[in-house]
Amino acid sequence: MFSVSRRAVGVLLGAALVALLAGCGASPMRIQITIHYSHYDPSRLSVPHGVPVTFVIRNTDPIDHEWIVGDAPLQQRHRTGTEPVHNARPTEITIPALTTRETTVTFDKAGLLQYICHLPRHEDYGMVGWLTVT
Amino acid sequence: MRRLSTVAATTVVALLFTAGPAFACGGLIGPNGAVNLLRTTTLAAYHGGVEHYITAFQFAGGGGQFGSIVPLPGIPTKVERGGDWTLQRLIRETDPPTPEAFALFGAASASRDAQVLMQVRIDALDITVLKGGGDQVGAWAKEHGFRLPPDAPEVLDFYASRSPIFLAAVFDADAARVRGQSIGDGTPVHVTIPTANPWVPLRILGLGKIEGEKVEADVYLLNDRKPALLPDPNANGLTLQVSEPASASLLKDLRSDKGMGWIPQHAWLSKIRIDGPASDLRFDLAIDASGRGQPSLRDAGLAPFGPIQPPAPWVGWVLLLAAVGLGLPIFGAAFLARMATRRVPPGAGAA
Repeated sequence: MFSVSRRAVGVLLGAALVALLAGCGASPMRIQITIHYSHYDPSRLSVPHGVPVTFVIRNTDPIDHEWIVGDAPLQQRHRTGTEPVHNARPTEITIPALTTRETTVTFDKAGLLQYICHLPRHEDYGMVGWLTVT
Repeated sequence: MRRLSTVAATTVVALLFTAGPAFACGGLIGPNGAVNLLRTTTLAAYHGGVEHYITAFQFAGGGGQFGSIVPLPGIPTKVERGGDWTLQRLIRETDPPTPEAFALFGAASASRDAQVLMQVRIDALDITVLKGGGDQVGAWAKEHGFRLPPDAPEVLDFYASRSPIFLAAVFDADAARVRGQSIGDGTPVHVTIPTANPWVPLRILGLGKIEGEKVEADVYLLNDRKPALLPDPNANGLTLQVSEPASASLLKDLRSDKGMGWIPQHAWLSKIRIDGPASDLRFDLAIDASGRGQPSLRDAGLAPFGPIQPPAPWVGWVLLLAAVGLGLPIFGAAFLARMATRRVPPGAGAA
């Protein structure tokens, strides 16, 4: 009986450990993106789908920037968009000059996306990044 | 002894800020990202350690506010309305058949922490002289409702590391219209800058331009003698079109314009045409008017530059420890050697 109890305790401890690890796994992975001289660094990223990812975007420039992540149709809409500031959707962020913003996104499927600043001329200047969702 | 100078007239394109309701005012950066080209004419003169800039800001129609910024080699002592026809006379000297309209769009700038050194209102222009780095100028622009183009952070740092002085000019198109100014009318501004290192900002002409766009500008120089220039005025998109003694009639005419009495009796006239991709224009024009023939790499933006940084605090400690580490043994050894010598009485060896 005693040995069974010890086994039960072991199972319970194991279950607790798994639960703990599972909990750790649920916390978003964090990715730092720095904006300097109107360019993203890094400009290529890879993240898994189905898990939350927190992007910490630091704007070191004295001008505002955007981080709009999405597929080609979304980017095309933003090229002619009129929203002066983005803060309603986690995939569309305005980062004011010399500030840092965080946003957490869960990508539901694999694919190749882009993150772009759609302020006038910023994309032409090279403010484009690629995000691979695996 | 007349140590003339450098007179530079620049027909430029500047595009610095867009004001007000973001891009809806027909500013330099349009709603679709297009940049309206604005011509800028600047006359800079260096004489006896003082550089003179005369810049004309042209009313191009439209409404709202537009701005541009001009990096300066030093802190100006005076900003005033310029002469009425100095720039036109220079162009007529080198291009007599085709009178050109000059226009330069001025700037507006300075940041939250930028130091405002001077503010002057000239006609429909609000001129602000700022001291600060790129971050400060950018913040100032934002606070004043302007949006800088995406290359501004790098370009402003390029200048601020050499001379953190900027002249920001905001052109109030509505005020110009109220004043009865017509499209094409220019407002000349004369900036007096004591400096030991005159240079003409060229890279700023490409601000806001993207790959494939060109910069077209004319730079006039007047020096006491034939100047040495850097970079080569016949390469990198530059062409030295005129290099000759300035005519007596030109100098007389310039001298007779308002506020232009400082123009010397004799001078060397140069005209440099800039016509090339904006992406290639990553330098300024350094001028050695001293006769030594050594224009500065740093003033041309071709060499590493920047304010001399004080060493980090740890450097001092490292040097101190190194001095102690090396000095103590040496001093100790010398001291012990001396003591050992003293312990031996004269003649002890013979005893």
